[in-house]
Amino acid sequence: MHEWALAESVIKAVVENAGNKKIKEAGVLFGELQAIDKEIFVFALEELRGQYPRAAACRFKIMDEPAVFRCKACSREFPLKGLKKTRDEAEFIHFIPEMAHTFLKCPECKSPDFELVAGRGVSISYIK
Amino acid sequence: MKLDPRPSVIEERLKGVKRIIAVTGWKGGIGKSVTACTLALLLAKKGYRTGLFDLDFAGASDHIILGAKGLFPKEEKGLEPPVYEGIKFMSVVFFSENRAVPLRGADVSDAIIEMLAITQWGELDFLVLDMPPGINDAALDIMRFARKAEVLAVTTPSIIARDVLERSLALYRSLATPVLGIVENMARGAAAGGVCARLRFDPALEAALGRPAALAKTAFSRDLAAALKKLGLD
Repeated sequence: MHEWALAESVIKAVVENAGNKKIKEAGVLFGELQAIDKEIFVFALEELRGQYPRAAACRFKIMDEPAVFRCKACSREFPLKGLKKTRDEAEFIHFIPEMAHTFLKCPECKSPDFELVAGRGVSISYIK
Repeated sequence: MKLDPRPSVIEERLKGVKRIIAVTGWKGGIGKSVTACTLALLLAKKGYRTGLFDLDFAGASDHIILGAKGLFPKEEKGLEPPVYEGIKFMSVVFFSENRAVPLRGADVSDAIIEMLAITQWGELDFLVLDMPPGINDAALDIMRFARKAEVLAVTTPSIIARDVLERSLALYRSLATPVLGIVENMARGAAAGGVCARLRFDPALEAALGRPAALAKTAFSRDLAAALKKLGLD
């Protein structure tokens, strides 16, 4: 249920950044790296609506964002798919995506010094 | 638009924390972590609801000083820090399996924001932050997000540490960050000016690391305990 904390940040940020306009819809990106459980996240959002009345009628449109890495050492760009990690390591990355630098390596040169170009964690893509 | 939602919830996560004490000192190896851990142990022993957050990602060591093994946060609407020796304790080592965490500055910042956003500290009298050396992303993020943080500045009798300390104090003054006082670690000889607490160089300290009961009996811990009132922490 660590998703609950992130869902709360999303609903609070949407309300804070919507200005005075009526909030109809917000786009939420799920970065592939963090592997957020969509079902739990949506459940948390529904529970939190009561605490944030301005978001009571907001539709949250959730979209997946593929993870893209770029190695700082050899410049190779690579996806998450194919990178080896244990179940525990995946869980640690789920909590703190930066743990990718501890457990994942560039497939070309094995460096942990890579950039997370896209698909890190939860972000808001639009509010309307 | 790509909006990071996490900062919006950090204030909420810290709202139950009465005081945030950032144990800082811009040189490495001057005893920040031992001071932060011992301070947390002393406050918890006095009955204060106390938290300890090891923010030195590259050199996380509070778990070694405390002898905290086999701990992991509980997932409950975020992460609840495990309680050890009466202290709610959070560290990156829970997620790194004690392996190296090779992060660039922006990644350190992201990891700190993530941990601040998801950690449920609950009600605390004191949250002690063990800061990394230097004025880097961790320090700047704490000034940005934990605006009520008060600095406990650590130094040593070395002219090198003292000089760097003066620069840090000038910055804190310009940022209007409250400084509780200066703690001089490994103190020997005559006291330097402006020091609130002198923690004697204690050869027995190393052997007490990892054992909170033994740590409490060291001259180091006793000196810090005696200085709490002067530092406004009693």
